[in-house]
Amino acid sequence: MPDSVMQNSFHLDAVPIRLERCGKTFAGGARALEPLDLTIRGGETIVFLGPSGCGKTTTLRIIAGLESPDPDGRVLFGEEDVTALPIERRNVGMVFQSYALFPNMTVAENVAYGLKVRKIARADRGRRVEEMLDLMHLGEFAGRRIDQLSGGQRQRVALARALVVRPRVLLLDEPLTALDAKLRDSLRLEIDRLLRGLGITAVYVTHDQGEAMALGDRIVVMAKGRVAQVGTPREIYYQPADGFVADFIGTMNRLGGLSRGGTLSIGSATLPWSGPEGAVELLVRPEDLALAGEADGHLGGTVAAAVFLGDRTRLVVEPADGPALTVDAAGRSELGRGDRVWLRVDPARVLAVP
Amino acid sequence: MHSLSNRRGWGFWLQLGFTLLVCALLTVPMAMSMLAGLTANYFVGLKSGLTLHWVDEVLRVYSGTILLSLQIAFACLACTLVLGVPAAYALARRPGRIARLVEEMLMMPVAIPGLATALALIVTYGGVGDLRSSWLFILIGHVLFTLPFMVRAVLAVMGSIDLTTLEEGAASLGAGFLRRFATVVLPNCRSGILAGSLMVLTLSVGEFNLTWLLHTPLTKTLPVGLADSYASLRIEIGSAYTLVFFLMIVPSLILMQGLFRRGRPSV
Ligand SMILES: Nc1ncnc2c1ncn2[C@@H]1O[C@H](COP(=O)(O)OP(=O)(O)O)[C@@H](O)[C@H]1O
Ligand SMILES: [Mg+2]
Repeated sequence: MPDSVMQNSFHLDAVPIRLERCGKTFAGGARALEPLDLTIRGGETIVFLGPSGCGKTTTLRIIAGLESPDPDGRVLFGEEDVTALPIERRNVGMVFQSYALFPNMTVAENVAYGLKVRKIARADRGRRVEEMLDLMHLGEFAGRRIDQLSGGQRQRVALARALVVRPRVLLLDEPLTALDAKLRDSLRLEIDRLLRGLGITAVYVTHDQGEAMALGDRIVVMAKGRVAQVGTPREIYYQPADGFVADFIGTMNRLGGLSRGGTLSIGSATLPWSGPEGAVELLVRPEDLALAGEADGHLGGTVAAAVFLGDRTRLVVEPADGPALTVDAAGRSELGRGDRVWLRVDPARVLAVP
Repeated sequence: MHSLSNRRGWGFWLQLGFTLLVCALLTVPMAMSMLAGLTANYFVGLKSGLTLHWVDEVLRVYSGTILLSLQIAFACLACTLVLGVPAAYALARRPGRIARLVEEMLMMPVAIPGLATALALIVTYGGVGDLRSSWLFILIGHVLFTLPFMVRAVLAVMGSIDLTTLEEGAASLGAGFLRRFATVVLPNCRSGILAGSLMVLTLSVGEFNLTWLLHTPLTKTLPVGLADSYASLRIEIGSAYTLVFFLMIVPSLILMQGLFRRGRPSV
């Protein structure tokens, strides 16, 4: 294919992935993953998100072919059942947290490795390596050894090495975790641009909700070897399936309320209500709590801490009873520790957990 | 940096002096012995003049033992490479308790005297065919003795790199086991293999304890010949022998170092 169409031609197949009853019990009987059913659409970027030890890596490794699922489980790429194939026959691209670059080879040799394995002719190989290095802005580093690169450059080499062989799916296990914060942001943007541009099916594992929200078309929130919720970032954020998801993503306030006959009592206020009856726990995002005057506020409290964030001030308010609430005061707020404030709750934006 | 080096206190000179003293303690006897091998008459001293006569005699009479020593050393190296590197790899990749136990047991040859190992070999295999009179019998002893050193040296390097992840990286790019082993595992363990090889060569060439029991008049190695000549011949011959031993082992060590330095795979 001519070089002029390179930008467009470097578009990869969008193969869907299906996991059927994929559980994992390690030798010794430890259940790392409860049987899991999941369909990942072709071309989609799906993010596995959850605290350390919840089974994200295990799931990714089952997709990769580095672990096999418990006997009943199946992994399908498109219509092909790949459960029995080892990783080297699955044609997946893999990016590791620790880079896994070969220290005995230069940058160009690392990127060429997969092509050599596939017996691509030398000339073709050289051209593809060069294209890939340019795409990842690594051209000038081609002859460097791996230990002469920064962390960010190493991870870009790892991406180049994984993508140059045009894998069916791209698997990334916490690729940014080893990097410092500033680099993490810029490389995250680069990965985002790359995944959108390539149209490849990508599975991305992270424990960082910010990364998950920014990169994922959909997020799979995991807890203790189970899927807690699957949804778009907005669904996960605004309609968390349970308290765990609510707490894990962003900041969530909890308040106690009592609902009876279409009304809800919070503190001293009574609001119209269409949710469940009885004593309920209410989940409210900080941005859905508003500061108000004594007359129109629902709930009074004392500022226990105020953190100035520039565009807003994040307040921790202690109500008369119940746990402390986090709320944002927009603009030039002078509120500080010890001040008395009133909060309004918008019942339409409140989630109730019975 | 520069100003620091100008302010060397007495501590520095003390350390330097001590280091030089230790070096002298180690090298002076060696140098004296080798010099003795070049002296026309040791009892008269250096004023009797220097000569290559003794070296010449050693090469003439003992060239057989020198060649056999080299033959055994390189055969031993080949055996320990073929057996030891895969063994180290298996130990490094296996996390279990048994693997750790085997690792601990690799210290054994240091603890058991070579004479005991040799006796055990003679009792067990001494009657098998012509083995007792063959140089292979000595080779078996040497392999037994040096193998753990090879395994430990390679294992140390394998433990210091994340071999599992490197291999998983290679596998994700389509490389099967043999290719991974050849292109990723071996090159990245080169320093350990080199260290182990040097160790095996020097240990094998210099091995005396085992060899003394295992050898026959027709399978005499250099150290055994050396002991004989010291015991029964003029001290100049023994010393010239030491000199030959030294000249033989040093180039082979340098050669090996050079071999492992050069050559990396290219795109
Ligand atoms: N090879 C293994 N052998 C035994 N247990 C394992 C192994 N790998 C992972 N685990 C266990 O499985 C659970 C899930 O691990 P993992 O998938 O790595 O979590 P995450 O990537 O979400 O941090 C953990 O409790 C971990 O200790
Ligand atoms: Mg993990």
